[in-house]
Amino acid sequence: MKVLVCIKRVPDTGGGFKLTADNMRVDTTNVGFAVSPHEECAVEEAIRIVEKHGGSSTVLTLGPQAAGEQLREAIAKGITGAMLLEADDYEFWDPAATAQAIAEAVKPLGFDILLFGNESADACNYQVGVRVAHLLDLPCVTGIKALEIQNNRAIAKRETKDGWEVYEVPLPAVFTVKEGINTPRHPSLRGIMSAKKVPIEQRKVTRPAPQLVRKALKKPQEGRQLEILGQGVDAVPKIIEKLREVGAI
Amino acid sequence: MILAILEISKNALSEASWEVLTAARDLAQKTNSSVAALLVGKGAQALASTLKGVGAVLVADDQRLDSFIPDAFAQIVSSAIAQKSPKIVIAPGTETGNDLMARVAARLNLGLATNCTEFVVENGALKRVTRSNWGGSLLEEVEILSSPILLTLQPHAIPAQMSDGHTPTVEALPVALSEKDFRVRMKELIPSEKKGISLTDAKVVIGGGRGMGSAEAFKMLEELASLLHNAAVGATRVATNNGWRPHSDQIGQTGAQIAPDLYIACGISGAIQHMVGCKNSKKILAINKDPEAPIFQRADYGVIGDLHQVVPALVAELKRLKGV
Repeated sequence: MKVLVCIKRVPDTGGGFKLTADNMRVDTTNVGFAVSPHEECAVEEAIRIVEKHGGSSTVLTLGPQAAGEQLREAIAKGITGAMLLEADDYEFWDPAATAQAIAEAVKPLGFDILLFGNESADACNYQVGVRVAHLLDLPCVTGIKALEIQNNRAIAKRETKDGWEVYEVPLPAVFTVKEGINTPRHPSLRGIMSAKKVPIEQRKVTRPAPQLVRKALKKPQEGRQLEILGQGVDAVPKIIEKLREVGAI
Repeated sequence: MILAILEISKNALSEASWEVLTAARDLAQKTNSSVAALLVGKGAQALASTLKGVGAVLVADDQRLDSFIPDAFAQIVSSAIAQKSPKIVIAPGTETGNDLMARVAARLNLGLATNCTEFVVENGALKRVTRSNWGGSLLEEVEILSSPILLTLQPHAIPAQMSDGHTPTVEALPVALSEKDFRVRMKELIPSEKKGISLTDAKVVIGGGRGMGSAEAFKMLEELASLLHNAAVGATRVATNNGWRPHSDQIGQTGAQIAPDLYIACGISGAIQHMVGCKNSKKILAINKDPEAPIFQRADYGVIGDLHQVVPALVAELKRLKGV
């Protein structure tokens, strides 16, 4: 089984955002970076597929040199190879452009299973995986929370309010994964050490003419006024009052 | 023409579809255009007569389309766009709506702005949209250069308004599908097991975060919930990633989006990915020992204290009041 997993480097925002002076980007001075949560689970799923069925796994990202950090973290967990499509302006690539670059890079490599996150944590475009599937003429099931491989076919499940939808598709196929499909492992110390030595295949990519152009980022209105009910257990009577107000007791 | 793609759910239009119709009518008025609604799926014909206030209803009704079959639906929407040449196509920003429109955008090689919340119309043309980033904790203003403009509408961004306008003409679209359009198709639905009050239905939700410290500690939240009417227990991503709670209990950008009357956040710092999952709560009460925790900037009520002391004291007092 040859498995590809695509990830995106995103700011680890914690409790709030600061925007750059031109309002075009999230200010990442003094901010760490992470991988979108859905993609963290996609990485774990890729490792598990190879553990169970054998083969190899490759992690790919379109991003700056610094995204090597996220690629190596995936390798430290058990992914076997990495590919960086290097673009410093990656935040301004629209989904069609990103999908085009990924499809061109992976087409000659013949992956059986291509995993994406259902949507990235930052841009939330919900479409890179679907577009790659179209460009490679492969079936695509989005938003999956379970995946099983049997006899070169995949059984994928989506969770909805009504229950679990079961899909069966022949491989090769593309899946966009949702958090909850598994619980991602932490890298081992030995994994972290050996990941440093794994070579990352790199190539520079250039952004084509865009279809979508960002004009600005802005923060939504937040309208809550904080009332301090008290310190420690002294606040209990006031909490009871608030519970009464909403009819909880 | 503004083409509004509607969603059929259990033989009726979904809530998000009514919001799409409202947005489409508004866009049509501002751009001096008309609205055509597109209904795809088995039973679409019967629903078409219930629609009012649009110029036309296009219907693709076919026995084979008895569930959401993504590529088949995308083929129908793509050919409707080719045939009718709308200026704007708008669909619900639901899971199926975003899946469908991504496939349409890929087939037609067009840009797609998902989960839009606002539209800027200047001189009768749609110039920019505002769309949701980071699950709604940031907004992005976007210009769309490709044409027709493809959009999905963030659910709940625009309240649905019914229209008692004129009865539209109904036009059946030819349904030309190939075998390939059916290669992704649901083969079975396994009904979910009903268990207690769900996070999205509860009137009070009690959430636990990093400050809980263990799976064991969640027992006191369960006990608190059992003493309240219609209450459920949820968790942050830290708690589910640590295995303290199952992922189905997760509240946040990649978990449940809740809207209870009261959300009680225990030992939760207030990471933005968590807050987008609870921001529709009517009131938020935060219990945290760190007065600098960001959650206090997004809460209505604050208790500065150790949840491991406050929650047991609250439980004891509720028991005393109830005489149990």
